[in-house]
Amino acid sequence: MAPAIETDGLCKRYGDVRALDGVDLRVEKGTVLGLLGPNGAGKTTVVRILTTLLKPDGGSARVDGLDVVKEAGALRERIGLAGQYAAVDESLTGRENLELFGRLYGMPKGDARRRANELLERFDLEDAGNRMVSTYSGGMRRRLDLAGALVARPPVLFLDEPTTGLDPRSRLGLWQTIEERVAQGSTVLLTTQYLDEADRLADQIAVIDHGKVIAEGTAAELKDRVGGDRLEVRLEDQTQAEAASQALASVVDEAPELRDGVLVAAVSRRDGTVANALRRLDEAGIEVGDLMLRRPSLDDVFLGLTGHEAEHEE
Amino acid sequence: MSAIHDALLLAERNLRRLPRNPDLLVGVTFQPIMFVVLFTYVFGGAIVTPGFKYIDFFLPGIVIQMIAFTGYATSLGISDDLRKGLIDRFRSLPIARSAVIAGRTLSDVAMNVIALATMVVFGIIVGFSFDSTAGEIVAGFGLVLLFGYAMSWVYAFIGLISSSPESASALITIIIFPLTFVSSVYVPTKSMPEVLRAIANANPITTIVDALRALWLGTPAGTDIWVGLIWCVGIIVAFSILATARYRRTVAR
Repeated sequence: MAPAIETDGLCKRYGDVRALDGVDLRVEKGTVLGLLGPNGAGKTTVVRILTTLLKPDGGSARVDGLDVVKEAGALRERIGLAGQYAAVDESLTGRENLELFGRLYGMPKGDARRRANELLERFDLEDAGNRMVSTYSGGMRRRLDLAGALVARPPVLFLDEPTTGLDPRSRLGLWQTIEERVAQGSTVLLTTQYLDEADRLADQIAVIDHGKVIAEGTAAELKDRVGGDRLEVRLEDQTQAEAASQALASVVDEAPELRDGVLVAAVSRRDGTVANALRRLDEAGIEVGDLMLRRPSLDDVFLGLTGHEAEHEE
Repeated sequence: MSAIHDALLLAERNLRRLPRNPDLLVGVTFQPIMFVVLFTYVFGGAIVTPGFKYIDFFLPGIVIQMIAFTGYATSLGISDDLRKGLIDRFRSLPIARSAVIAGRTLSDVAMNVIALATMVVFGIIVGFSFDSTAGEIVAGFGLVLLFGYAMSWVYAFIGLISSSPESASALITIIIFPLTFVSSVYVPTKSMPEVLRAIANANPITTIVDALRALWLGTPAGTDIWVGLIWCVGIIVAFSILATARYRRTVAR
């Protein structure tokens, strides 16, 4: 089966800056690819090229079997775009926005109205449907934005940081909606800075930095790449970080790293590690606020691959 | 034709916004009234317009001046759509490339009809009278709307090239304001110093205002009407090409 999205050596320059420097991606039909990377890594440029908003300088890309440059017109009928850079009209009501999008996709008036009603209901916006979008909360706006991308039931969806700036409840709701779409057979390319989001939604993850894909795989595969479990020690007194690192030297595999007042280090064995670490720290007179052993997170993956943490906005 | 269908849908979208943004409505109703009334009573006594009542001389000028500015909303609207990402949304939809801009220029026609009707009604209230045949009067209305349509394309282009609604405003003030003032809108060009008069006479706004005076007041038209029409059509052709080309390449900011 042909992949839903396939790019081959995609390049894009802005002046001297190589925004994309040979990106190869492959997304199978009915799956979710999480495109992960810090601000300015090139995530949005990938989305803009795949949604025909921007022409690549080099390489090629096909979405749903159509070339993004040569068959851009036909492709626009088969994709939906939502998120950071796609928007809705604030001076129209939610219903008017959806009807307008439907009619611009070529639906007759009646069909566009029925589809708008269906989507308002599904996205829990029925009551707000006749209100101007300028009165909506951030979460409602994002839901409407996503609904807008679904109007024409496109087989491929592009979601550019769909939950950036949303409260946890709205994020969860949006995640469920995306999962429903995928269950019904849609293919999704999702960009995000949130590792938990990629962890939850993505079948495959591509980590992108400085315009290049630097790692690919499932969340589990990427985590395996950074090795064993992580020991985390929250210190009561930050000045003891040095002493604590020394005390833990015989327990952990590598020199612990201090992140936001928490010492983090990889450990190769689980049994006895916690008791051992506690005893050493106690003997060294270190005050411990909290101590835990956990599986590596995508944050660890990110840090290991790029040398810096995922940058969160706000 | 799907291009026209798309443009009309987007024009309808712009017009739906109108009653919800009172500042836009004020721009096409209250502002023209204010100009007609202010100029008639503040300057009317001081400016000498040989052979005419000032209001008769002045109304065609103020009509063209106002219509030259109603497209302002198009520049700001396009610039705002760009900033908020709506243009990206539209560009990702299967619609004609010209539709978004053409939709703006079409909804401007409706705005211009409102502004024009308001000005003529208030002009008549403060003493304006037509002095020509019914056919000429109607032709005058047609010329005003054609000129307004041409200006919309200029404004669309300005909206697309400016980095924000604020910078669009600044560009408009720099370009359009002098254009309307160094013309026969407020005073006959004969009263101007030589250099300014040469500029004013070459200004298409002078040509179009003089053409409108010919059509509404029965003044000698000379070549003004034809040259005015050629200006309008020329502006539409040139700026529709420029604006559409620019739209294709535009990216969100």
